[in-house]
Amino acid sequence: MSSVLFDVPGPRARMRHRLFAAVGLLGVLGVLGFIGYRFYDSGQFEPRMWEWLQYETVQLELVKRLGNTLKAFALAALLAVLLGAILAAGRLSEHAVWRVPATFLVEVFRAVPLLILIFLFYYGLSTVQIKLTPFVAVVAALTLYNGSVLAEVFRAGVLSLPRGQTEAAYALGMRKTQVMVQVLLPQALRAMLPTIISQLVVLLKDTALGFIIEYEELLNYAKYLGSQGQFGRPLVPMTIVIAAIYIVLCLLLTWVATWLEKRNRRNKKVIEPRNKDDIEKVALTNASGI
Amino acid sequence: MSVLSTYSDLFLRAFGTTIQLFLYSAVGSLVLGTLLAMLRVSPVPVFRVTGTAYVTLVRNTPLTLVFFFFAFAYPLLKIVRLDPFQGAVVALTLYTSAFICEVVRSGINTVPVGQAEASRALGLTFGQMLFSVVLPQAMRSVVPPLVSTLIALLKNTTIAAGFSVSDAGSISYVLSDEGANMLVGLSWVAFCFVLLVIPLTLVQRALEKRWSVAR
Repeated sequence: MSSVLFDVPGPRARMRHRLFAAVGLLGVLGVLGFIGYRFYDSGQFEPRMWEWLQYETVQLELVKRLGNTLKAFALAALLAVLLGAILAAGRLSEHAVWRVPATFLVEVFRAVPLLILIFLFYYGLSTVQIKLTPFVAVVAALTLYNGSVLAEVFRAGVLSLPRGQTEAAYALGMRKTQVMVQVLLPQALRAMLPTIISQLVVLLKDTALGFIIEYEELLNYAKYLGSQGQFGRPLVPMTIVIAAIYIVLCLLLTWVATWLEKRNRRNKKVIEPRNKDDIEKVALTNASGI
Repeated sequence: MSVLSTYSDLFLRAFGTTIQLFLYSAVGSLVLGTLLAMLRVSPVPVFRVTGTAYVTLVRNTPLTLVFFFFAFAYPLLKIVRLDPFQGAVVALTLYTSAFICEVVRSGINTVPVGQAEASRALGLTFGQMLFSVVLPQAMRSVVPPLVSTLIALLKNTTIAAGFSVSDAGSISYVLSDEGANMLVGLSWVAFCFVLLVIPLTLVQRALEKRWSVAR
């Protein structure tokens, strides 16, 4: 199998690759070994540091905090998809009255860092006597940011549909709203589903920002438990466990995305978008909306 | 306006730190990301697996968690002491390089195999093929998403404020200590970010339009 950069290896190249493989393996094992040794040497693998995992209260609290993270994620995801659809419809509108404000909102909220948005809701609004809980502040900021990113995704999806779809819908006598809501958006949603879900992975990861305004989520608990002397201050084990939880959750979501993509490909109802490259480009540009 | 004029020193210093953070970690993550991309496209399976594992792990970890690790857990391992600023640079570099790796890799993959095969048939060496055939074509599809990754990096630097680096995100802490109007102050911070990001977005769009090729 030849790739862009390399031809099918011959006997000498295969020898060389084997040599590289051996050296590479040694290097990787060396790095992992060093990190493992540092963990071991600083006493992170001692049973005392992991004892907290056995306590029922700790487990229950972990589940509760995980629930808080997922609650913020679910609500923000739902609202962001709705907001994204509305803003996308606004950006695609023929009337400047809708198009200009929608474009303005999308550009601004995409440019402002998420943390600043969270601060604006949490600290900023409290100066005008609107006190939001950390939960509301996190959800509101996540909704605005991801809503405007998703608006761009939806818009690219609608624009990638074959023009015949719009023309046929108009020919049937549908109104503009009907064309958008009943014909274009459902198809765009399908075509962009993998991209939308990868944006939702970003949203899930960003719920961790709640830590900075002391929303009671996983990291917040890690800091609390990590400073408890009775468990030997297990900050490192705690971080590892929480990283594992996040990675598993995100991989599950990604897996759903690939599964849906496969199912979509089999489904005959889906219309091939005009330009597959466009969709990939949006996916790439947005995947870095990290 | 009064908040901005009263605290202009603070704003300048904080945004200076933000830009420093951005530049250091941009260079770091471009280098590390390119190295990782080289690992991911290499013909040696061990390298490929290493690159893939790194990218999968890091891409699915929240940046806040990476910061958390370097701020609280890493000092316990007693490897090399890092002050908060250095810790932030390392965290941002490790995180962003995974995304840069993906951008570079998919850029290389957009070049049709025939291009490389033709250049090998013409007798070009690996270096010649890479630098005069594959990379110039890959650049076109790499640069626009690369710019948006860097924009994301610029915005992500604010998270360092939660871990005792006095960058733009930390302006809110100073303002709240001094009892200034936080709503106005934070709106100015947001506005400054819009000013920083919008030109980059325009550059990215222009490049995208100019360099998009029909394949």
